[in-house]
This record gives sequence, structure tokens and C-alpha cells, in this order.
Amino acid sequence: MNALSQHRPLLSVQHLGKHYGPRIGCTEISFDLYPGEVMGIVGESGSGKSTLLSCMAGHLVPDAGRVVFDTALGPRDTVQMSEAERRRMARTDWAFVHQNPRDGLRMGVSAGGNVGERLMAIGARHYGAIRATAADWLGRVEIAADRIDDAPRAFSGGMQQRLQIARNLVTAPRLVFMDEPTGGLDVSVQARLLDLLRGLVRQMGLSAIIVTHDLAVVRLLADRLMVMKDGRVVETGLTDQVLDDPQHAYTQLLVSSVLQV
Amino acid sequence: MIEIDNLCKSFTLHNQGAATIEVMQNANLSVRAGECVGLIGASGAGKSTLMRMVWGNYLATSGHIRVGGLDVARAEPRQIIALRRETLGYVSQFLRVVPRVATLDVVAEPLLALGVETATARARAASLLTRLNIPKRLWPLSPTTFSGGEQQRVNIARGFAHAYPALLLDEPTASLDAGNREVVLDLIEEAKARGAAILGIFHDEAARARVCDRLVDVRDFAVQAA
Repeated sequence: MNALSQHRPLLSVQHLGKHYGPRIGCTEISFDLYPGEVMGIVGESGSGKSTLLSCMAGHLVPDAGRVVFDTALGPRDTVQMSEAERRRMARTDWAFVHQNPRDGLRMGVSAGGNVGERLMAIGARHYGAIRATAADWLGRVEIAADRIDDAPRAFSGGMQQRLQIARNLVTAPRLVFMDEPTGGLDVSVQARLLDLLRGLVRQMGLSAIIVTHDLAVVRLLADRLMVMKDGRVVETGLTDQVLDDPQHAYTQLLVSSVLQV
Repeated sequence: MIEIDNLCKSFTLHNQGAATIEVMQNANLSVRAGECVGLIGASGAGKSTLMRMVWGNYLATSGHIRVGGLDVARAEPRQIIALRRETLGYVSQFLRVVPRVATLDVVAEPLLALGVETATARARAASLLTRLNIPKRLWPLSPTTFSGGEQQRVNIARGFAHAYPALLLDEPTASLDAGNREVVLDLIEEAKARGAAILGIFHDEAARARVCDRLVDVRDFAVQAA
């Protein structure tokens, strides 16, 4: 990566908004994400964090604002892209990890097939090479080699989530959107997944946006934090600064409400 | 290396009647390369608050905190992240790590984040853990299950893995036995000798006398009662 691209945001969200009829989904959201940065978005249910993620990832059409991504051809507003163009980008430069692995995997296709399919979607054709890459990625997410031909429905929840991560990262995306990636998993499984994600983010120089309600997850994974309430951003900053010295009344309430173990 | 000018700090507790607590006013302090400055003052006087503002996890209300040319009081999160990766190290009293990560990797992590080869980073981690008397059989285990003293030594090893030009040390010798305390004091002296600027809190008076070049009493920065 050259020095110039390091100084240009990978993603620049400008005045993004989405309403559901008269109700605010999210409004006036603006921030820049730089290469290699991991940003957490926290807030309670209904705060608009999932709506925002869907708008950024192109799953929902925002009714205001721009989502400018630094593509190979320079910064482009992805909201204005054609559907075909956006889909191509979602397969190559972007990845999306769903809370429920069933939403991000093909449950009837083998584990190796789930990973290989993403490679074929970007033009890989050599069966041996695809299988070898898939096997390598299963190893990286700690799925035993002898499970490559098993369908994910035979996997535990934690394994399914790791498979979804392999399927998403195999194409070496530059930006990963994650929606509650550790939600619904046992605490011990969560720790393993967090360790895995941290290693991959560092090794691949990934940028990521992680939506979660779990403050412990963002403390360990995110460099920066954005706190949302009622569709608006109430506070942003360095993760440990927002958690250790919160400035906004809502963030203070959120942080002081966490049960200590 | 570390320059603090007219630093003020207050906390506003919005959920407790918006009470505002003024904790520090017009703090001025500087630490040169190769120098160790100790913060003194009773519990609650603001030593840790000052350290946290330098680290950037407490927001300065006003004033400047320059570390290696960056004003932490005004910097963007990504600038502070880069500062913590390259320039400023912190040995806190608490070890905060992802559960299940091996001790050796916890200590090697600051070097991996700088792009050092895994084998080199692990070798450096191994030599620090050896010096700090963490038995080799514990290296593959997560430090979350270790005793307080062992966790503290893992934290120190991690803080000294990279040769940071500036270091914050929060009670680095507390809860250590005489042998390990000696190792930590040696590490501090070596860091000073290579030019690190160190700001620390030491309740251990003998340790303070040995490594600190100057002491600063944070009560001088206390807010005067009206």
C-alpha cells in the first residue's frame, strides 16, 4: 500500500440518513474510516446501528447522503453506483459477516464449497487451486481439514461463524462489515473468534466496521468507537477514551450499566 | 519528549445531577529523553488521571500534552493509535488481553503490530519472559489465569517488548518479589540509557529513589478551593 492511499480515507460516509416513513432509522451520519482501522458502532436495540450498517453495505438504499469508497479507480459514491457495479464490489473489495451464519453461508453446500464459491465468483477456475485455497482458509479459521466436505449444517454455531469469516475473507477484501459477529455464541467461543479476527485484521491490513451491543467486544477489537442513540451519533472517539471517560450522558449510562464479572 | 502545558481536567457526571468535578488545573510538566520523572501525591490526588490523559484514554478539558510532537489533547484517534504503536508505551496495573491468547503472543503483540517478523517478535518475547522469571511451561497458556504477580510481569514484558521512545509506568514494581523487582528496575535503567523518556508512579520509595531523576507532586496541580 503506498503512502498516499494511507492518508486518504478508505470509506467516507457523508450525511447518511434513512427514514422508515416518519420514523428515523439513522440520520446525519458522517465519518471517515482509514486503511487498517477498525471502528465499532455501539448502541442499544433500535438505536439505528444495524440500519446504518445496511445502508453502508448497500443492503438498504439510504434516502440521504453519500458512501464514498476508495476503489481501484479512485473514490466513488457507492450509493450512486449501478446495482451490478455494487454487487461486483461487494464480492471483491467488501465482505459482510452476518450475526447469523445461516444468512451468510449456503447451508447445503460443503464447507470447502462455501469458501471456493467466493473465489469462483471473482473468476477462479482451476479446481485444484480453489480447493487448496479453501483448505488453507479452513485451517486459518481452525476448522479441521477432514471437515472440508461436510455441509455447515453439521457444524456447531462457533464453527459456522468461523466458516462464514473464511468465506468472506478468502477474496482478500479491503473492508469488512460485521453485524454482531460474536452474538449468539458462548463466551468461550466468542474469545476464540475475537482472537482470530484480531489476527486476521492485523495480518491482512483489513479495515472493519463492527456493529455490536457488547462493549467488551469493541474494547478488544475496535480502534475507534461511535455511540448511537435514536438514529443519531451521540459520541465518537478512541475506543478506550469513550469507554473510560465518556462525555455524553447516554454513553455514561451505557458504560455504567455493564455488569462487572 | 513529553511536554504538558496548562493541562486542566474536569469530569461531568450527567447521570448524577450533572455534577462537575474539577480535578486538575494548569498542570505543567516535561520529561526529556533519557529522563525518568516520578509522580507523587496521595491516593486520589490525580497521578493516574494525569497518566491517563497522556495515554489518551482520558480526555483533556483544556491545555496541551505533546508526546514526540503530537498533541494528544487534540489528536485524531488514528494519530493516537499510531503514537501508541510506535512511540508511547504503557505498563498499567492491570493486564487486559483477549482470553485464550498464549502469553508468548501477548508479549510479542506490540512487535507484530509494528510489522516485525513473528519469529523475531517471539524470540524477543521469550527473552523478556525468561528475564522476568515466567516459567517456560506457562508461555503457551493465557495469562488470564495467572497469579497477580505473574500477570504484572507479563504486562511489564509486553510494555518493554518494543523500545518505545516514551513510557508510562503505573506502579511497575508493586506486588513483585525482590528478585523480580530488581529485574524491572534494570529494565527501566536500560530504557533510560537508550534514551526513553519515562513518566511513572512508584509507591515503592527505594525504587523511586533509584530510577527517578526528578519528582513532581501532583498536589501542585490540584484545584484550589474557592
